[in-house]
Amino acid sequence: MNITKTLDVKGLACPMPIVRTKKTIDTINSGEVLEVLVTDKGALSDFAAWAKAGGHTILDQKEEAGVLYFYIQKA
Amino acid sequence: MTVTAWTAAQVARKVIDNKDLFILDVRNADAFEDWKIEGHKFEYLNIPYFELLDGVEEILPQIPSDKDVLVVCAKEGSSIMVADMLSEAGYTVGYLEGGMKSWSMYLEPIKVGNLNGGGELYQFVRLGKGCLSYMAINDGEAAIIDAVRFTEIFTKFAEEKGVKIKHVFDTHLHADHISGGRHIAAATGATYYLPPKDAEEVVFDYTPLTDGLTVQLGSSEIEVGALYSPGHTIGSTSFVIDKKYLLTGDILFIDSIGRPDLAGLAEDWVGDLRETLYSRYRSLAEDLIVLPAHFMIIEELNEDGTVAKRLGDLFAENHGLNVEDEEVFRSMVTDNLPPQPNAYQEIRIVNMGKVTPNDEEQTEMEIGPNRCAVR
Repeated sequence: MNITKTLDVKGLACPMPIVRTKKTIDTINSGEVLEVLVTDKGALSDFAAWAKAGGHTILDQKEEAGVLYFYIQKA
Repeated sequence: MTVTAWTAAQVARKVIDNKDLFILDVRNADAFEDWKIEGHKFEYLNIPYFELLDGVEEILPQIPSDKDVLVVCAKEGSSIMVADMLSEAGYTVGYLEGGMKSWSMYLEPIKVGNLNGGGELYQFVRLGKGCLSYMAINDGEAAIIDAVRFTEIFTKFAEEKGVKIKHVFDTHLHADHISGGRHIAAATGATYYLPPKDAEEVVFDYTPLTDGLTVQLGSSEIEVGALYSPGHTIGSTSFVIDKKYLLTGDILFIDSIGRPDLAGLAEDWVGDLRETLYSRYRSLAEDLIVLPAHFMIIEELNEDGTVAKRLGDLFAENHGLNVEDEEVFRSMVTDNLPPQPNAYQEIRIVNMGKVTPNDEEQTEMEIGPNRCAVR
């Protein structure tokens, strides 16, 4: 997987992780992948629903040491 | 326009006083479907906050200008953002401080009635989660039944009323919420009772709550008596207070009955549940006022905000008490059950005293409705 950009929003609470992710994904091209690092647990369901609403694909996600990693391919 | 922070207590007043409220819930559709703030006269619009990042113009026609508008989310962050946007668009709106988390935790004490010789019975309504706790007071003494984990609410209430908490009961080992019972007892020197059949795995000391046990409150005649009534759990015990009130725990609710599966033994306990509902309770006085440990839907609330109904009326109206065929009953309470309460297995282990999560973890475990009933 080629990661085009990485966004670190660790420590930020809802709604900031999604707000920042949306701003950042607007700066990459369709088909490119954005990596997002989040610590807000609410992100789990929010990212899935947000990506679905925008047509983006979450290629992969994992949790390591309390940090959630999302790999989002832009629609 | 200004954005006002509403406390859960203010929202609770709207529910109890039957007021209008327009709720813009900006959580995910799933979360909203699963659990929301229920009110008799509330209207709702559910639009996730991430669909409003580019602006709120599209939803403005749906926002009423003739009633209070409250924006709600899980914790409060997103609701503040959306409320600010609406405010910039010229609307006067509020947001719920602490979001659904604070709603889940709020308790409203409401007086149910007087007891013989000057005593009083209070119901603590946890509107967000549908949990009901009780405090009976008389002559300087109090008994608490099914206390939720916010122990200070009960100890402060007792202080205000000038009564000493003497007895703390749990009708059963709860699976939907974390009990505050033994902590209240530890803090006040009260006796903590739990049905022994539900307590086989608990790791703390308790006094066995057995059939026929009675305690007196104060010097007068008010009696709190235990009645073994298994089915939701094998230890489930009801209480008769002052020969007037029947506290049914999670066995019988206003518009539903208890489910027998939360400890994993539905098949074994369905017979007990039937016996309790169709035989044991039938032998009691129909004029007893039933006070359950939960409500599921807002229609179960009375005009004054209490959840209470005459036993005889429940025999006539509650579907779960009117299934004549035993096999149909068995199938109803064991097949196609609704989802279990959030984190119910973990919550049982917490209530056994085996683990002690921190406050935030406890809040997280208790998110969502109680789901203790079969309808």
